[in-house]
Amino acid sequence: MKLLKLVPDDTNISFLWWRVPFFAISVLLIAVSWALVLTKGLNYGVDFAGGLEVRATFTQSEEAPVVELRDQVEALGYGSPVVQRFGEDNQVSIRVRLPDEVSADKEAAQQAANDIVDTLQAEYDDFRLDGNDNVSGKVSGEFRQTALYALLAAMGAIALYIWIRFEWQFGVGALFALFHDVSLTLGMFALFQLEFSLQIIAAILAIIGYSLNDTIVIYDRIRENLKKYRKMELPALLDLSVNETLARTVMTSLTLLVALLPLLLFGPASLFGMVAAITLGLFVGTYSSVYSAAPILVWLGVTSDSFVPTESVADEQEKKARGLV
Amino acid sequence: MLDFPTWRKIWLWLIAGLCVFAALPSLLSATSIRWPDALPQPMVNLGLDLAGGSHILLEADAAQVAAQRLENMEENVRKTMRSADPRIRIGDVSTRDGRLSFMLDDPGQVDRARELLLPAMNGTGLVREWDMAVEDGNRMVLTPTQEGTDQAVSDAMESATEVVRKRIDELGTREPTIIRQGDTRIVVQVPGLQDPDQLKALLGQTAKLEFKLVDQNALPSDVQQGLAPPGSEIFPYVDTSDFAGTSLAVRRLGGIRGDNLTGAQQSFDPQTNEPVVNIQFDSDGGRRFAKLTTDNVGKPFAIILDDKVLSAPNINEPIRGGSAQISGSFSVETANQLAISLRSGALPVDLAVIEERTVGPDLGADSIKRGMLALGVGSLLVIALMIVSYGRFGVYATAALGINVAMLLGIMAALNTTLTLPGIAGFVLTIGAAVDANVLINERIREERKRGRRVIAAVENGYHEASRAIYDANITNFIAGVLLFLFGSGPIRGFAVVLIIGLFTSVFTAVTLTRMWVAGWLRKAKPKDIVL
Repeated sequence: MKLLKLVPDDTNISFLWWRVPFFAISVLLIAVSWALVLTKGLNYGVDFAGGLEVRATFTQSEEAPVVELRDQVEALGYGSPVVQRFGEDNQVSIRVRLPDEVSADKEAAQQAANDIVDTLQAEYDDFRLDGNDNVSGKVSGEFRQTALYALLAAMGAIALYIWIRFEWQFGVGALFALFHDVSLTLGMFALFQLEFSLQIIAAILAIIGYSLNDTIVIYDRIRENLKKYRKMELPALLDLSVNETLARTVMTSLTLLVALLPLLLFGPASLFGMVAAITLGLFVGTYSSVYSAAPILVWLGVTSDSFVPTESVADEQEKKARGLV
Repeated sequence: MLDFPTWRKIWLWLIAGLCVFAALPSLLSATSIRWPDALPQPMVNLGLDLAGGSHILLEADAAQVAAQRLENMEENVRKTMRSADPRIRIGDVSTRDGRLSFMLDDPGQVDRARELLLPAMNGTGLVREWDMAVEDGNRMVLTPTQEGTDQAVSDAMESATEVVRKRIDELGTREPTIIRQGDTRIVVQVPGLQDPDQLKALLGQTAKLEFKLVDQNALPSDVQQGLAPPGSEIFPYVDTSDFAGTSLAVRRLGGIRGDNLTGAQQSFDPQTNEPVVNIQFDSDGGRRFAKLTTDNVGKPFAIILDDKVLSAPNINEPIRGGSAQISGSFSVETANQLAISLRSGALPVDLAVIEERTVGPDLGADSIKRGMLALGVGSLLVIALMIVSYGRFGVYATAALGINVAMLLGIMAALNTTLTLPGIAGFVLTIGAAVDANVLINERIREERKRGRRVIAAVENGYHEASRAIYDANITNFIAGVLLFLFGSGPIRGFAVVLIIGLFTSVFTAVTLTRMWVAGWLRKAKPKDIVL
């Protein structure tokens, strides 16, 4: 039986030859992402912005009356709602960011939710309430804070671990790759104004974990090769390491992609944003492992010394191995 | 590396078998096959986002607890000073700035007053609850201590949680979860609830019932402007009352509270046929209610619920039976709700809903169906890819993947954790990532063979060299998962739980189990070459 090989055996691509332009592109993309986040802003969902979200299905209709809904909810005087298709054509999500004076008054915020549901239930016979989120400004503020802490703590703790297991240069490289991935994901969410919720934070942490898998596999090989080929030029050694692990990188990305695609295409609508973020992160993460995490080592001046035992220790080990001690 | 003594094999199969066994009840619950009752019943809970139901986060107003304490202390001080022998006259009582201060008419009585109040400064617990000081010779100042206030808030939250539990039980919902969270919050989770509005209305009602005498000397024009005469306070009528929009002045002290009730039922007024609530006092409350009504025959008294006047009937005759009827323009529904609230006791503090999430049961069921379909299709694609790429080694990886998923579900059931919607995404991610270990190992074996090592050495080296990166990668993922669990809430935690447990089961199945199988095959078949 002939087995499938996605990467031919003797593949040797000079990844590192292009390190300057690609790294420049990475830095540029990070800058653009943050510019987008700062100018366009993130489209916060109720988790982070507070307010209320009503999800409903119009069971007897082909399509939900999106335009009419917008007017009807707006007429209630709680500000202008965001009405979106959600899943099927006859499903909608109605998001209202309550005016400050309403959201400050806890009873009024409850009243607003009831008002909207009651009005729509009276208006449409086939209105089925699927769900309803109501988050006060206080709680959403706490969510924003803990989300930020979680991201920073995860990045810090992981960089620290890599530093301990490898060398500080590797920690810096991994941290930069993570920062790259998080930035680009945020940038995409700002550019397309996708709803940014707690689920997206979970997705970003999953991306961090995944992107790190790739980085670690490549770093592990670099460490191994540094010990093995002590005289090799660093860029050549990095290229060799990336190429040797390329088959694994491609294969793993592909298995993860085929696992995620069905969930993205016909999974639950409430998971779409999260799965889309992880899928996006899959590409960004793989790219950053090859083009950010590895080249940084050239500039930070990694040498083989840190991983190779000194002469005397090496002698001792050799003796031990020969059974002399 | 490839040496597996029999005892070790037995151990590994035992672990895998136990975990898979724990998953069976959860898996069978989706089919019509019944799991024998005699066996243990570990089950994976479905989160509210999958099962449908309401999640409600309530927050108590801590400032209100402090204000109530101050008010109680004021009553206590007045009573103590009045009943002292000889009587200690006090004046200029103030509760401004969160402390109670008053003047003694006779500065010579300071030491006596201090002595009388000392027991009240240390409450029942071990903490000092109040600080007492004397200013300018004859002004006494009582300041609540932080420990005392914290203790009071904690006590209030404990009994509030109990009241919430009783009220939800009255609704007859199954398996509600009611947990205190932090200092001032209560999480309520009710699966499969049909009418969350009713629940919220019930939890939002403090049900603080008070009977207070109407201040008949107050000028109506002052009252409507909100100006209370000294010793009185002003409450508005409830919105449903005929007098809605107007207010009433009542005497601040000397009323009684409806805390000591033994029963409350919705009923109808025999004359007007209007819905009312009948209440029964306990012996102490009944005695005090009898005294209040006996002393004030012919005068109106106000029935006040949660700082709103329900009605202000005249006391026609003393009410000595220990029961009373509350009227207040109720509908049958609101009267019934009030009866439930009064039966379960008043909340010691106002609770407000600060977060609410409700998912309809239809949507949850649809999510599970779509999630499972996606999981199935995704798994098939991964399996196909693995077998096409690695042949026999791909089959091992596939078998490991199956056991992995079952073990993950089994451990979740045994630990009684909750599967949420993001948790389904966690399953998919685990399946996608678990085979990464096999990919790493198999690619490494390929490389070792290419370098000319013999079969056994290549496989040994493959497992050995790959495991370093596998462990490092899993530990960093573990770090990310734990942080997600610590910072996340509800559904997100469900995601973190799946990821974390999945890391352990993947290493066990994808590395250890496949190595055992490969070792067994190598020993038996002794292949000269392997197809990889």
